Amino acid sequence: MARAIMSDIKRDHIHKLLSKGKRVDGRNWDEFRQITVETKYVESAEGSARVRLGNTDVLVGVKMQTGTPFEDTPDRGVLATNAELIPLASPTFEAGPPDEDSIELARVVDRGIRESEMIDLSALCITPKEEVWMCFVDVYVLDYDGNLFDASFLGAVAALKSAIVPAATFGKGENFPLPTKSTPISCTAVQIENSILLDPTLDEEKVADARLTVTTDENGDLRAMQKGLEGSLKLEQVRKIIETSQRLGKELRKLVG
Amino acid sequence: MEGKMIDENGLRIDGRKVDELRPIKIEAGVLKRADGSAYVEWGKNKVLAAVYGPRECHPRHLQDPSKALVQCKYNMIAFSVSDRKRPGPDRRSVEISKIISEALEYVVFTEYFPRTSVDVYIEILQANAGTRCAGLTAASVALADAGIPMKDMIPSVAVGKIDDQVVLDLCKEEDNYGQADLPIAVVPRTGDILLMQMDGHMTLDEFNKAMEYGFGACEKIYQLQKDALKRRYAVEDVEGLEEEAPREQQDMEG
Repeated sequence: MARAIMSDIKRDHIHKLLSKGKRVDGRNWDEFRQITVETKYVESAEGSARVRLGNTDVLVGVKMQTGTPFEDTPDRGVLATNAELIPLASPTFEAGPPDEDSIELARVVDRGIRESEMIDLSALCITPKEEVWMCFVDVYVLDYDGNLFDASFLGAVAALKSAIVPAATFGKGENFPLPTKSTPISCTAVQIENSILLDPTLDEEKVADARLTVTTDENGDLRAMQKGLEGSLKLEQVRKIIETSQRLGKELRKLVG
Repeated sequence: MEGKMIDENGLRIDGRKVDELRPIKIEAGVLKRADGSAYVEWGKNKVLAAVYGPRECHPRHLQDPSKALVQCKYNMIAFSVSDRKRPGPDRRSVEISKIISEALEYVVFTEYFPRTSVDVYIEILQANAGTRCAGLTAASVALADAGIPMKDMIPSVAVGKIDDQVVLDLCKEEDNYGQADLPIAVVPRTGDILLMQMDGHMTLDEFNKAMEYGFGACEKIYQLQKDALKRRYAVEDVEGLEEEAPREQQDMEG
């Protein structure tokens, strides 16, 4: 995210602890903060989830409506993901059209859902070439204390799994649960002076050199990755993050059923 | 389409082996006005990159008193793809611009030029899969051509998967049926990974194979980048140089 100003004393504190293998909040390098997932949080949405990841707070909603399919996928529903970094969530977020940070966030979340084939888009076809279900996933960050990628992804997955297709409202028969095929999970880590830390807090993100998000499926196979920030990663570090994501993915998957 | 993209001899639709790059041509210093520039032809991709700066940073509120900003704009021109692309930035190009800026920032000695911006423009003239990698490869050469102090150049390549096989540098036809796409950028000298994305489906074994191909290819592309710079600044005619020397002296005296 946008490079916010950080006091030297805080920066030094993080570095000093890290040199002893410790984190500011006492977690292990591969330990997530406490996570709560609350689904069906917003009744007006087809599906929704509020995710708290430590002090990071994200609300994800799914809205569905009928529409025309894309020409190149005439028999598949449409998935669209958007993320809003609203000024309520942080003094560094500004009102206005999506900036590059929110676009990257939305696209990384979208890629994980799309590439894992979590949603059975072919089951969202009503009449080929004419009418399909369109599924809009909107991510709103409410409180920003780092690792928006995993909080948002967890929220999106939980919201989608809880979503009911509003067929009755559109005169398309009875409502039915959104057909899903898998439960992808993303894990994000940062590299700070060659230490790898999972689920970074905002302060850790501010001093981070590089970031990597890895999205895996039930088999532990890779479905999406995204490296960010101006620093570099060694191949060994990438492997370490992938293996950790495969391992922790199993635990996190339980949170979203 | 299964089983069709790689034939029984292990060759791909354009005759390449699974770990073979498309033909790549790199030329440095192709534009007059830019401080540095490069042109890359990569299979059917045609990419121009230009560098301006370090110059005054716009918008000014982004100025950093401790270092220069590297601001890259990746853009596909309207007729670079089969369906006309609406001009102007879309979400894909904003994301690509961001990750390329971040990769470039790592190699530029930004602390030498506080408050300024190093602006990098990548224009995709003709697209045929792998444009972000071709763009980053071109941008690195353009930065070096601009004489910007930097740690190294960044070669970049995408590894993909078709017919359940890991394959280097997908072309458009392959990309349409690709099962995974994994663009990376690696500095060969240090092994620093500066860009990494992935979508599709890969096992850990396939990932490891992809890294083997990708790292190998980056070394080759790096060599091409260096060759392009050497060609640009080579002194071909030594005699001519000797003739010119006294003339310069005269100028100075006059």
